[in-house]
Amino acid sequence: MRLTQGAFSFLPDLNDAQIRAQVQYCLGKGWAVSIEYTDDPHPRNTYWEMYGMPMFDLKDAAGVLAEIDACRRTFPNHYVKVNAFDSTKGWESLRISFIVNRPKKEPGFGLARVEGEGRKVRYTTRAYAAERPEGERY
Amino acid sequence: MGKLESVKTPNESAARYQAGVLKYTQMGYWEPDYRPRDTDVLALFRITPQEGVDPEEAAAAVAGESSTATWTVVWTDRLTACERYRAKAYKVEPVPGTPGQFFAYIAYDLDLFEGGSIANLTASIIGNVFGFKPLKALRLEDMRFPVAYVKTFDGPPTGIVVERERLDKFGRPLLGATVKPKLGLSGKNYGRVVYEALKGGLDFTKDDENINSQPFMHWRDRFLNCMEAVNRAQAASGEVKGHYLNVTAATMEDMYERAEFAKELGSAIVMIDLVIGYTAIQSMSKWSRRNDMILHLHRAGHGTYTRQKSHGISFRVISKWMRLAGVDHIHAGTVVGKLEGDPNTVQGFYNVLREEHNPVDLQRGLFFEQDWGGLRKVMPVASGGIHAGQMHQLIHYLGEDVVLQFGGGTIGHPMGIAAGATANRVALEAMVLARNEGRDLWNEGPQILTEAARHCAPLKAALDTWGEVTFDYASTDTPDYVPTPTAS
Amino acid sequence: MSAPENLPLDLEALYRDSNVRDALEALDRELVGLVPVKTRVREIAALLLVEKLRRSVGLQADAPPLHMSFTGNPGTGKTTVAMKMASILHGLGYVRKGHLVAVTRDDLVGQYIGHTAPKTKEVLKRAMGGVLFIDEAYYLYRPENERDYGQEAIEILLQVMENQRDDLVVIFAGYKDRMERFFSSNPGMASRVAHHVDFPDYGQAELFEIATLMLGRMQYTLSEAAAQALREYIALRKTQPHFANARSVRNALDRARLRQANRLFERRGAALTPADLMTLEAEDLRASRVFRGGTGETD
Repeated sequence: MRLTQGAFSFLPDLNDAQIRAQVQYCLGKGWAVSIEYTDDPHPRNTYWEMYGMPMFDLKDAAGVLAEIDACRRTFPNHYVKVNAFDSTKGWESLRISFIVNRPKKEPGFGLARVEGEGRKVRYTTRAYAAERPEGERY
Repeated sequence: MGKLESVKTPNESAARYQAGVLKYTQMGYWEPDYRPRDTDVLALFRITPQEGVDPEEAAAAVAGESSTATWTVVWTDRLTACERYRAKAYKVEPVPGTPGQFFAYIAYDLDLFEGGSIANLTASIIGNVFGFKPLKALRLEDMRFPVAYVKTFDGPPTGIVVERERLDKFGRPLLGATVKPKLGLSGKNYGRVVYEALKGGLDFTKDDENINSQPFMHWRDRFLNCMEAVNRAQAASGEVKGHYLNVTAATMEDMYERAEFAKELGSAIVMIDLVIGYTAIQSMSKWSRRNDMILHLHRAGHGTYTRQKSHGISFRVISKWMRLAGVDHIHAGTVVGKLEGDPNTVQGFYNVLREEHNPVDLQRGLFFEQDWGGLRKVMPVASGGIHAGQMHQLIHYLGEDVVLQFGGGTIGHPMGIAAGATANRVALEAMVLARNEGRDLWNEGPQILTEAARHCAPLKAALDTWGEVTFDYASTDTPDYVPTPTAS
Repeated sequence: MSAPENLPLDLEALYRDSNVRDALEALDRELVGLVPVKTRVREIAALLLVEKLRRSVGLQADAPPLHMSFTGNPGTGKTTVAMKMASILHGLGYVRKGHLVAVTRDDLVGQYIGHTAPKTKEVLKRAMGGVLFIDEAYYLYRPENERDYGQEAIEILLQVMENQRDDLVVIFAGYKDRMERFFSSNPGMASRVAHHVDFPDYGQAELFEIATLMLGRMQYTLSEAAAQALREYIALRKTQPHFANARSVRNALDRARLRQANRLFERRGAALTPADLMTLEAEDLRASRVFRGGTGETD
């Protein structure tokens, strides 16, 4: 299974030059770039852990690349993503987000069904890895 | 009291209200010196007067018939602040290059309209006036709503930003497909198409406008099978997925029942058709806002009155009404697909739906400046005869806040539905990646697609199948203003 | 993969097409005097040009060491030259963006344990792709205080200066004697700084010329008597404490403008011409405390 969250998950994993180009695009737009990581990739897990604060006022991607590397070294078997925030009125949200690191093995998600009245079914998605405690999942 | 009142002698006023028939220009509906106030609602009509009717009189007649007038003088006007309530035609211009047609600018006082009601607004603006005999044809081209009026509407229940946050999808257009064939599939088979397409990489699938509750598939069956498919695809990809469940039905009670069922099943989005009418749309908007639901609008029926340039309503006006009425998605054209759409005109619709503020942009058919007063943005949907081979053109024309829907382009893929979805998703991601890297999509697009197809067999098959398909017909709804090259 | 030895190369074209020529000409035009500095900058630019050309034909050319030290008294043009240096480096592709981030110790060093590394890294990230200009760099090092966090900043800096030479150029600036002491107690730092540029104090005639240039830009002129007064002012001010070269001249002119405005305002009933608005008179300068032997005037 391959987790396909983020803008570029259907492409082969981005190399450093490709990541640098995307980060440079974000900086060129005046967006603040941040790095987040998790070992709980549930599609509705909104809050991955922040790896430091969003980086404001950068001109060049080199600084972000160094932080991405540091994050990947610290969490080599976690999901790591790069986000860019736009503070413009009417947006004030992420403008792009893409994965830059993933666990070597991605066991994926199971779907639990609870049958209700009529033919109604309640669905719950659970990451197989999330059965184990945080930090021991991948 | 109005300024006009004070300069008139009592005798003049008495003469104005003597029983009988006056020209509309004489009744006060033509005021070339009027300067529209910031709080006025403005409308621009394209008028084609009958032979012998002069354009100012025709414009005044439109102003009159869409506001306070009737065919004859009534003394009861004098019991009201009629000077204020009369709509005022304040400018008439010939349409460039089209003899016999004129643009008439008309200003309406804000108090002529009930707040927050599209039904009330349209009853005036496109009411009796469209059947008025002295005009051969009439088209509502554009409107400007004062912020004070905009603020009486709730607008889209979700909007582009919150939709993206809810779906956790940023930085690329969303992808969808309409289940085909649009009629005839059983619930089980229908859900299969949904599952395959979502698992393959689409974000959304969609009911078509005319799939409601027919003998071959009852609506509850459709909802249950589609939600099984959505949830299975969600678990298979780790992404939030959705299927626009069409809740369009005969009565509001039926629509509420269907929408409630969609909510109980955990759907993120429901869908309605434009033909249910403005009031029903606003009701469903309120329901969606209360229930955290994305509201998709299929513009079924609009072609009957938006397509011909001489008569009807421009889709840019429908776009404005729908942003006020409050929908989250609306089909707004593809430029390159099988349905009507001149590039500039379509971009005008998209700007109306997506911008905080629209400047005057005659080239794109925007005649008025419009401040949206913080109203949320509507996600336009591009659907109809588009395929992966056009990805660079679609992003070039439509930008990234749009749902690109490839129905045939997904389901008709030679390797199957999931492969069709994957082809579209890979083409999309490769194109966005390349654009952000600074590559020139317009010229390098086909090459970018070929490169991406090297690691994606389904994309290669899609390009081989449809790479050359285009729909090159002249548009009927085109801008009246073209940029003139300057000497510099 | 080296090219044939007799392949004709066009150094002139590279000089012209990168913006090095523009930057050097701007330096000549905008900065009075400073002949030794301009000569050094020109030498460094020549080295970078030739290295680039060598690289273009595949000759051995390690990334040249680029970190620099600019020493001299306040107001001698160090920041201005650093900005020009940034655009030369950018023009030749040695840095990607060519912006200048100017900082002092306070921007790099925190007051509490754990604060310094994030602060320093933050500044380094902002400077990536350009030039980091550290003014009075020696304050980073305070041997008298063994718990000083400056050392931490120095270590992080050193690491980046060594490992990310493509991403960042550092220019250290400050008084010459203190900088020399700083380098002698931080040999690791000294060995990574390849170019030392010394900025001499301006002579009286140069300072007067600077003043004339500044006035021209602000659309003011000096009456003959005022010109004489300014010459005397410069001679006196140079001997007083806290003299900061061009910066002191700039401050003196600002105060003279204030006095001129007051003078015109006092006689506001009288006839006034545009020339009056432009002209500084001797009294506007001679009212300065400098002429009364006062040294209390801060720049």
